[in-house]
Amino acid sequence: MLQVKDVHTYHGFLHVLKGISFELNKGEIFAIVGSNGAGKSTLLGTIAGIYQQREGSITYEGEDIGKQKVEAIVKKGICLVPERRQIFDALSVKDNMMLGAYHRYRHSKRTLQKDIDRCYELFPKLKTMEDRPGGLLSGGEQQMLAIARGLMSNPKLMMLDEPSLGLAPLIVKDIMNILDQLREEFGTTIILVEQNVKAALKVADRACVMERGEIAIEGESKALMKDPRVRDAYLGGKSQSIPV
Amino acid sequence: MELTSQFIQLIFSGLTIGSIYALVAIGFVITYNITGVLNFAQGDFAMLGAMLAITFVSMDIPMGLGIILSIGIVVLVGGIFERTAIYPARNASLPTLIIITLGVAIAIRGLAILIWGTQPRSLPPFTENNPINVLNAVLLPQSIWAVGISVVSLIAMHYFFNKTFIGKAVTACVVNRSAARLMGIKPEWMSFISIAVSAGLGAIAGIIIAPISGATYEMGLMIGMKAFVAAVIGGLTNAPAAIIGAFMIGILESFTEGLWTSGYKDAISFALLLLVLFFMPNGLFAKATGKRV
Repeated sequence: MLQVKDVHTYHGFLHVLKGISFELNKGEIFAIVGSNGAGKSTLLGTIAGIYQQREGSITYEGEDIGKQKVEAIVKKGICLVPERRQIFDALSVKDNMMLGAYHRYRHSKRTLQKDIDRCYELFPKLKTMEDRPGGLLSGGEQQMLAIARGLMSNPKLMMLDEPSLGLAPLIVKDIMNILDQLREEFGTTIILVEQNVKAALKVADRACVMERGEIAIEGESKALMKDPRVRDAYLGGKSQSIPV
Repeated sequence: MELTSQFIQLIFSGLTIGSIYALVAIGFVITYNITGVLNFAQGDFAMLGAMLAITFVSMDIPMGLGIILSIGIVVLVGGIFERTAIYPARNASLPTLIIITLGVAIAIRGLAILIWGTQPRSLPPFTENNPINVLNAVLLPQSIWAVGISVVSLIAMHYFFNKTFIGKAVTACVVNRSAARLMGIKPEWMSFISIAVSAGLGAIAGIIIAPISGATYEMGLMIGMKAFVAAVIGGLTNAPAAIIGAFMIGILESFTEGLWTSGYKDAISFALLLLVLFFMPNGLFAKATGKRV
């Protein structure tokens, strides 16, 4: 479904992504873990079209999307649920969700309510607060809203940037369960960027560890959980980073 | 004139001029919120609206149609201004963008001199203008039109931004531009809409004031500056506060003119601007954000 080949991205003079390559299959949950500054968010931003890669290619369903703009990429069914939720805090929960369907609103007003109801089934709490401004929601509720808003675009590929950030463990568990449900019920392919390595590896089929802009380890999640380098660096072991 | 009726009279005048400032100030706020640009050509859209309406009416085009045509043309001019002057410089610094808008304002004024000359012109009142007596104060029907149209326009703006899908998309760009892009919303398109709509509001302001105080090629400068003061009072981002600011300035000017001398009315408005900038730089009604206007 998605092929990322030798992608290099810069922030000004800073070489952030140094030849990232991986492939993603349909209906898969792929976790990207790593320390702060490893380039995880930049990688998602590059796939989403926020940042332009200087070298390499990103192919989605056979089409090169590497040089396309964010708006065009959203229309193709790729959505990014950004870090720190970034919901529209002045707008109501329902308005936030409706704006998630912005690019297809004019063509499918009738199906919009159906999609909103589908999101309410996944996140019943949102229905009870649909008129409340997004800014008044708790962190967990905002994360649910951010995911629901992403789902409103009917994504085939959903990318989530640190959805567990700042949330209580029970809420993180709920959110990870929802991701699993999305894959099972809707066949949504998911890329999950997480610092909560344990939670990410538990829900993902495959995963990679990023270090300093490169992929250091890639493989089945179960195998990564047993990998001593991952265990040492992220699951309570001794060493602080994985040599690239 | 007894004190009460004089007071009412000054309030009427203040509300009339305040409603004009409010329309232009809302244009400032909308444009600033969405594009981050202080559009100093905003007042000149008012002049353009007034001059076009006067021209159409003088060509025996029915007034209603002439007004609609004028607003439409100014909206178009606003859109062209955004595409040709603001959009290409969207990554430039704020001072550069401000200088661009000042340049466009001067260009519009220059063009107005070429087309309409320097002589003041006037638009007939929208309806018969027989004064209405209210507690011995005189109220002109055109003043009712001015306040009424302003209120309806402001309600329409409120409806647009809070009830329509496209208005909510514009609001989303104001709240979080980068997140809006992730929804597939094009902030550049929203910038176009906001400046075009602001230009339309400016045109409405110019058209409703033209029967009261006439129209000249340079009328936009002072209307724009006063509306800017109103927008600053509202912290540049708060539309309802800018409306209150506009009415405050209108009433303050009216009382200065009525009780003191007309020579100081502009000075009083700008003194208010300085006071706000010195002592409440976030605007009179803004919440503390650490951001200064």
